[in-house]
Amino acid sequence: MVQNYVFPATVSEAVTFLSTNRGKARIIAGGTDLMLELQDGKNTCDVLVDLTQIAELKNITEENGYIRIGASVTHAQASKSDLILKHAPALAQACRKVGSLQIRNMGTIIGNIVTGNPAADAAVALAALETTAEVTTLEGIQTMPLEDMYAGVCLSCIDSCCQVVTHVKFPVKKKNQGSAYLRMEQRKALALPMLNVSAMVSLSGDTFEWARLIVAPVGAGPQHALDAEEFLKGAAVSDATIVEAGKLARNQAMFRSSAIRGSKEYRRGVLPVFVERVLHAAVEDARKA
Amino acid sequence: MTNQTISFSLNGEIVEIAVSPSEMLLDILREKMHLTGTKRGCGKGECGACTIIFNGKAMNACLIPAMRAKGADIQTIEGVESAHGLHPLQQSFIETGAVQCGFCTPGMIMSAKALLDKNKSPSKDQIREAVSGNICRCTGYVKIEEAVEDAAVRLRASAVKGGDL
Repeated sequence: MVQNYVFPATVSEAVTFLSTNRGKARIIAGGTDLMLELQDGKNTCDVLVDLTQIAELKNITEENGYIRIGASVTHAQASKSDLILKHAPALAQACRKVGSLQIRNMGTIIGNIVTGNPAADAAVALAALETTAEVTTLEGIQTMPLEDMYAGVCLSCIDSCCQVVTHVKFPVKKKNQGSAYLRMEQRKALALPMLNVSAMVSLSGDTFEWARLIVAPVGAGPQHALDAEEFLKGAAVSDATIVEAGKLARNQAMFRSSAIRGSKEYRRGVLPVFVERVLHAAVEDARKA
Repeated sequence: MTNQTISFSLNGEIVEIAVSPSEMLLDILREKMHLTGTKRGCGKGECGACTIIFNGKAMNACLIPAMRAKGADIQTIEGVESAHGLHPLQQSFIETGAVQCGFCTPGMIMSAKALLDKNKSPSKDQIREAVSGNICRCTGYVKIEEAVEDAAVRLRASAVKGGDL
């Protein structure tokens, strides 16, 4: 049962609150998942440390070649941000798919990662963007690649009782680079993704310099389709290579049958089509830039 | 338990109320302030029946910790009507037949109002997006979309006339 609710004004104050409460205080940002977990008894804490009043965590900025997103930036905010639309259309597209508009007005991008859900829309897009997180503890600030933030399916490495993920950042988009996000869903709103994919490509003329291709939910956190990524390195940008990449994406896509998301056979069957579509969209974005 | 007295703007009036750290805003509104127009549906942020406008944005009151209301500007369905009568959205919902059982209506109107407060000429897609987090089990949504479009027309007309609705 929550006994106290505090609004620190700075990150260091937040970390101090966590430390003085020795594991009984927990960070809250959007709270759209945490409040339900607390109500259902799946999570517990005595003190909630609310990040939403900390000025430095409210913004999306461009700094030293990176786009940096603060811990209280919501999905709605990111989906309309000029910086995100320019540098990371994949993230803007993913943010428009989270929950409902009401949830997007509350839920945060960083919360989307810290909850650990492998098919969380924003996290899947961020995985293609080479995202790193800045994690603050009493000892200092640590930088952590997004891939290292998952301890298992729906399990985060982040302990919100002693760590604060203050920002995530990814490199600004260069010329000839593009990204895209796509999900399969039963309805256009308020639906869990049956599967989701994201891609970032870097083109050199008519060939792929490299491509990052993410598939979920097929493991702990968003997963790289490694064989397809390797195949696309230096490959021609053509319908044939993109079709082949779609087939290769199956190699790392070990779907499990799920009553909510669909059978593994079905999702394995449709995956190549989604990979093709997301690669075409990323190429289109790269050529636009 | 550290209860705190918080103050916030509710439907244009500053209110003060003691809340506990574990309470949700929806419970404060319904049980302590007796504003039962904001409905409890799923209690999980999935149905939109509890939609309010929080600092200008549509949000699910069932997911907002009550403490977060401190200093906020909150509108509920009770504050939508003005001294001049029903809000154009309310009038349009009635006249278009967008209300059947009525349980989703307060949430629908708050979602639609959050849209129209910022955009008085929304496209059909923008209307659909605005109410996509609100579930209605009676109408099939067509009448609701029509009602929001109709309300937008009325709001634009009243803006031309210099009215304050």
